[in-house]
Amino acid sequence: MFEVLEKRELNEQVTLLKIAAPFVAKKAEPGQFIIFRIDEEGERVPLTIADFDREAGTVTIIFQKVGKSTVRLGAMNVGDALKDFVGPLGVASHFGGEVKKAAIIGGGLGTAIAYPQAKKLHSLGVDVTSICGFRNKDLIILEDEMNAVSDKLIITTDDGSNGNQGFVTTALENEITGGAAFDLVIAIGPLIMMKFVSQLTKKYGIKTIVSMNPIMVDGTGMCGGCRVTVGGETKFACVDGPDFDGHQIDFDEAMRRSQMYKSQEKQSLEDHQCKIGLGKGEN
Amino acid sequence: MAKANMTPLKTKMPEQEPLVRARNFNEVTLGYTEEMAVFEAGRCLECKNQPCVSGCPVGVQIPQFIALVKEGKFIEGYQKIVETNALPAICGRVCPQEEQCEAHCVRGIKDEPVGIGRLERFVADYAIANGGVATPEIKKNGIKVAVVGSGPAGLACAGDLAKAGYSVTIFEAFHTAGGVLQYGIPEFRLPKKLVSTEIDTLKKLGVEIMTNMVIGKVLTLDEIKEMGYQAIFVGTGAGLPVFMKIPGENLNGVFSANEFLTRINLMKAYKFPAYDTPLGQYKKVAVVGGGNVAMDAARSALRLGAEKVSIVYRRSEKEMPARNEEIEHAKEEGVEMILLANPTRILGSEDGWVNGMEVVKMELGEPDASGRRRPQAKPGSEYILDVDAVVVAIGQTPNPLIKKTTAGLATQSWGGIIAEDGTGATNLPGIFAGGDAVTGAATVILAMGAGKDAAAAIDAYIKQKG
Ligand SMILES: Cc1cc2nc3c(=O)[nH]c(=O)nc-3n(C[C@H](O)[C@H](O)[C@H](O)COP(=O)(O)OP(=O)(O)OC[C@H]3O[C@@H](n4cnc5c(N)ncnc54)[C@H](O)[C@@H]3O)c2cc1C
Ligand SMILES: Cc1cc2nc3c(=O)[nH]c(=O)nc-3n(C[C@H](O)[C@H](O)[C@H](O)COP(=O)(O)OP(=O)(O)OC[C@H]3O[C@@H](n4cnc5c(N)ncnc54)[C@H](O)[C@@H]3O)c2cc1C
Ligand code: SF4
Ligand code: SF4
Ligand code: FES
Repeated sequence: MFEVLEKRELNEQVTLLKIAAPFVAKKAEPGQFIIFRIDEEGERVPLTIADFDREAGTVTIIFQKVGKSTVRLGAMNVGDALKDFVGPLGVASHFGGEVKKAAIIGGGLGTAIAYPQAKKLHSLGVDVTSICGFRNKDLIILEDEMNAVSDKLIITTDDGSNGNQGFVTTALENEITGGAAFDLVIAIGPLIMMKFVSQLTKKYGIKTIVSMNPIMVDGTGMCGGCRVTVGGETKFACVDGPDFDGHQIDFDEAMRRSQMYKSQEKQSLEDHQCKIGLGKGEN
Repeated sequence: MAKANMTPLKTKMPEQEPLVRARNFNEVTLGYTEEMAVFEAGRCLECKNQPCVSGCPVGVQIPQFIALVKEGKFIEGYQKIVETNALPAICGRVCPQEEQCEAHCVRGIKDEPVGIGRLERFVADYAIANGGVATPEIKKNGIKVAVVGSGPAGLACAGDLAKAGYSVTIFEAFHTAGGVLQYGIPEFRLPKKLVSTEIDTLKKLGVEIMTNMVIGKVLTLDEIKEMGYQAIFVGTGAGLPVFMKIPGENLNGVFSANEFLTRINLMKAYKFPAYDTPLGQYKKVAVVGGGNVAMDAARSALRLGAEKVSIVYRRSEKEMPARNEEIEHAKEEGVEMILLANPTRILGSEDGWVNGMEVVKMELGEPDASGRRRPQAKPGSEYILDVDAVVVAIGQTPNPLIKKTTAGLATQSWGGIIAEDGTGATNLPGIFAGGDAVTGAATVILAMGAGKDAAAAIDAYIKQKG
């Protein structure tokens, strides 16, 4: 069993948990993920390792409550324990030595997934510009953490409620045309955002890494459910990724595949909300 | 010996009615009654040269155990089997007996062979139900040995090592032990309760099972050695799915058999939404392949409520590698066999869902290396099947994780670990391997046999090391 040691609500949808998982903490690197299962009836759900502490044997996860499993995970409290927590899975991000100036783009919750990468690059002495986009100012997460690992931090909101209206792509293009010579862009967030960032950076010829989060079952290369098309070839995101060259990804296929269980997911969540006495919440 | 029962046919095993069972996940076959078992045992001639034994990869003492069944000594019969086979309840159900023990039975020359598998299953079920499964006294020697993977190879290896006194730890990637027995072979053919009973028996022998341990990621083989394990057995199976590499394979509704069966068996998608893992409702399912995996996927699809399920296989029924019984059962349940046909592309709707599969007709040419006649496409014979889901069951190869993270481990070009026949020794000292990880996808009993051989070799290796 894997105990919850710390819990923080980052906004009304996003929760941070620190979990006791010494084996995972020992090996974890930025870019890798875990798979958890709450209990015997639970599904296997992948989440990025947002942070880790090898000495303390802890792993931090940050997640958005979008469906039954993440809602249930969000309802866990300090002292509760998860049945399964396996990792680190996936290939660690490797930043080819030559990077001098990087842009880290986080879309919403993607900011949490991008944070360990920003932290790592910063610690390697890379000049980091972080651009994080949220729907509105109440949804902004990890502002202090991102600030601490960025030479420049830009936060945009779709509705402008933080005083900086716009999309991350606009902010990124402004930086580029303003003279920022990025040699690497890391974009993590909704597929549609990663697609547009990749289109933009392709135009400017900047190497771009995206983090693919397809539906997964085992996370060890056994089921092939997580397949994505990269440069015309089928790859398994759990073992070949989750990081890939954004200019090579078939995003349209990835978007279609992410819809595969939409109706069952909805049923699962509604079922759960009925059982715990909530109305049909929105999601 | 009493006069033999010369009934020509094998005693039939009761089973659920085809059209009833095709809609539930309960076990299809119900097993012999005591009377049936004794009657069937009577068909055995107790041949002195015991040809049947030579067909069993682990050398079960077939005439001896059957003689005990004749006398109604079922528990003793069980004990006779477990001298060489630790998992009789499982093997009795899933061994391809018609190619192994029963293929060599002299009764099979004129009539049907003795139902060795059915008798094996009967005594094992009887022993489990009647408390006949004893835990032997073990003298611990305090030496640690690690087993990676908890499929039949790993379980058999761990069991024998534990009985020899070793402190055995199994490292399993999944959250549940059992390998293919757990996530591949469906409930209606191998009840999961049986698999957990067998695993509990191992735990009673003192075997420790650590789940959630993806070796190569969480720990490497070198790190396991550093933890004080004197030898390691690698029984990681052949889990990497093979796809057809045809257009449309990434459409929504196309699954590897591994994904399809794992969602159903391991994650219990057939109990959705009580269990959280979904699978989806498909009406017309095509399963590509002709082995046990294909039959299991097809029959599972029926049970999930599909209206029409077809097996698409590029050779004829005679060449199908699946067990005869599974092919028969599948047909009885209404699975359609589309033979001598090979998929060429999968068609999809605008929003990315499968809505058809194009196949080309095949004909059989000259025999290939495997001795089976090689199928060739008949150009221009393409036609389209009306399907909304496709399950690809054309084979699996070993997962490259261990190979990638173990410096110097010798492997075949297709990924199998190279291990010595009869011992499982790899080119690295103290590292042994067996089962599907070495042979590629094979059978439960061969994997078990490899695990047992390796256990004996590990014992010898450690003793010689001193
Ligand atoms: C490698 C990897 C790393 C991930 N890291 C994180 C993370 O750090 N934090 C986090 O909040 N989420 C992360 N995700 C996504 C997370 O796994 C899904 O949000 C989760 O599976 C939803 O489960 P659920 O039962 O709560 O919702 P479900 O009921 O399964 O789904 C609810 C909604 O979420 C969408 N969804 C389902 N699965 C995914 C998925 N894999 N990716 C994106 N959307 C999905 C569905 O389409 C649906 O709209 C990651 C996914 C992967 C594959
Ligand atoms: C659907 C299906 C039906 C079948 N039907 C039959 C049948 O009727 N009769 C028959 O004889 N055979 C059948 N087989 C074949 C048979 O199941 C296999 O040959 C047998 O299970 C192989 O045993 P194994 O121990 O080598 O590997 P597996 O059973 O595959 O077990 C390997 C185990 O290792 C674990 N593992 C893998 N990698 C790692 C890692 N890196 N770290 C830790 N653990 C790891 C896996 O999770 C798994 O639990 C069938 C197979 C399938 C898929
Ligand atoms: S283990 Fe398999 S092959 Fe051997 S006797 Fe039993 S059923 Fe036959
Ligand atoms: S060959 Fe057949 S009849 Fe002879 S001992 Fe074996 S099972 Fe009995
Ligand atoms: S999640 Fe199963 S292969 Fe990637």
